[in-house]
Amino acid sequence: MNFDFAGKRIAGILTVLPANERSFMDDMKNFDFPEEKSLKLKKVMGYDRHRIVTGETCVSDLAVHGFRHLFDKGLVKPDELDALVVVTQSPDYFMPATSSVIQGQLNLKHDMLCMDISQGCAGFVIGLIQAFMMLDQASIRKVALVNADVLSRKVSARDKNSFPLIGDAACITIVEKTDDRQPIYANLKMDGTHHDVLIIPAGGFRTPSTPETAVVEDVGDNNYRSKDNLTMNGTAVFNFVQVEVPPMIESLLQQAALPIEQVDYFMFHQPNKFMLNKLADRMRVPRDRMPSNVVENFGNASGATIPTNITLNLAEPLRNGTLMLCMAGFGVGLTWASMVMPVGNLAFCEIIDY
Amino acid sequence: MKTVVEVLKGIRPEFDFATSEDFIADGMLDSFDVITLISELDQSYGISIAGTDILPENVKNLAAITQLLRKYGIAP
Repeated sequence: MNFDFAGKRIAGILTVLPANERSFMDDMKNFDFPEEKSLKLKKVMGYDRHRIVTGETCVSDLAVHGFRHLFDKGLVKPDELDALVVVTQSPDYFMPATSSVIQGQLNLKHDMLCMDISQGCAGFVIGLIQAFMMLDQASIRKVALVNADVLSRKVSARDKNSFPLIGDAACITIVEKTDDRQPIYANLKMDGTHHDVLIIPAGGFRTPSTPETAVVEDVGDNNYRSKDNLTMNGTAVFNFVQVEVPPMIESLLQQAALPIEQVDYFMFHQPNKFMLNKLADRMRVPRDRMPSNVVENFGNASGATIPTNITLNLAEPLRNGTLMLCMAGFGVGLTWASMVMPVGNLAFCEIIDY
Repeated sequence: MKTVVEVLKGIRPEFDFATSEDFIADGMLDSFDVITLISELDQSYGISIAGTDILPENVKNLAAITQLLRKYGIAP
């Protein structure tokens, strides 16, 4: 499915990271896993350290901290926000929506549309598409898009396939109308027949959490997790990404009539460095134009990795100029989505700690 | 240049890879080992094996790995 927009822009991006940092090598000491092998993995996959929340920190805590920073610094005026879109797979509650919780904690105006979207690794592009559609309304001039997850709380600490690389984060992206009519192109696809390859099996209404679902089981390769924990079929996800993402980008750039050389950076979701390098090679994109250092610095924080990638790697050029960015997310659903647009002259593009 | 067996032994020195027809089913390579194997093959032979070729059936035994490398012009 293709989309195109005009007269919209990203005004600023803020990443909020938990201050709690863990080391990959320290984490791996908790597993029955040779140190030499961990060092190889560290090099190949780009795992080094990751940020995860402590205690019962929720998505709304990270997001409210970020909004207060923006309000206190005068970078965003609360009354200017006409809509709040929260994209998360780890909401504070089943009900109400986390966007409503955040709106209430910040005492934002009532003349406002609050919406949650259940999306993960493709959630930044999906959220931007939703925000841009909202901006087609006369009454909506500015949208706050929040991509946030605290999925470390749903990962088994005894699952070496997930725990050492999971990250938590919240990103706030302010999207607004502009007189500049430069086109924005996007596309997305979804395949729910594979909804079970990335899943938290228990805890919803299909399989409520019980003492039985909380029992930690041996799932092979010295990994242990319960049905309340996040589980991923890594091989299936890897192959899905390698098969679907390159043609999606090719189709997007054709739609935009944009040669690959005219894209300054490919800011993709980052499960690991190996996967991104393979995508770059397949698409014949120089690896330095597809930054892959988010996972090594902060871990994989689902839909927050693309905006974190931007705040980590492009803050200076995007505050002082404009770049053509191609963004792509892929994961839970399964969902894969991409967008190409000029991004620049940002009022803010920074990372803060919670 | 390392042989395929030398690359495999560098990853899991405890196994005799000549005796297995399915390294994954026999528990000799886990998913992390497969990624490490592909990375080592890339480096050893100066190639970049496509992500779409990183499939269990392409690394399940010595014959499969040899066939995979031939696709990239390598005759190990």
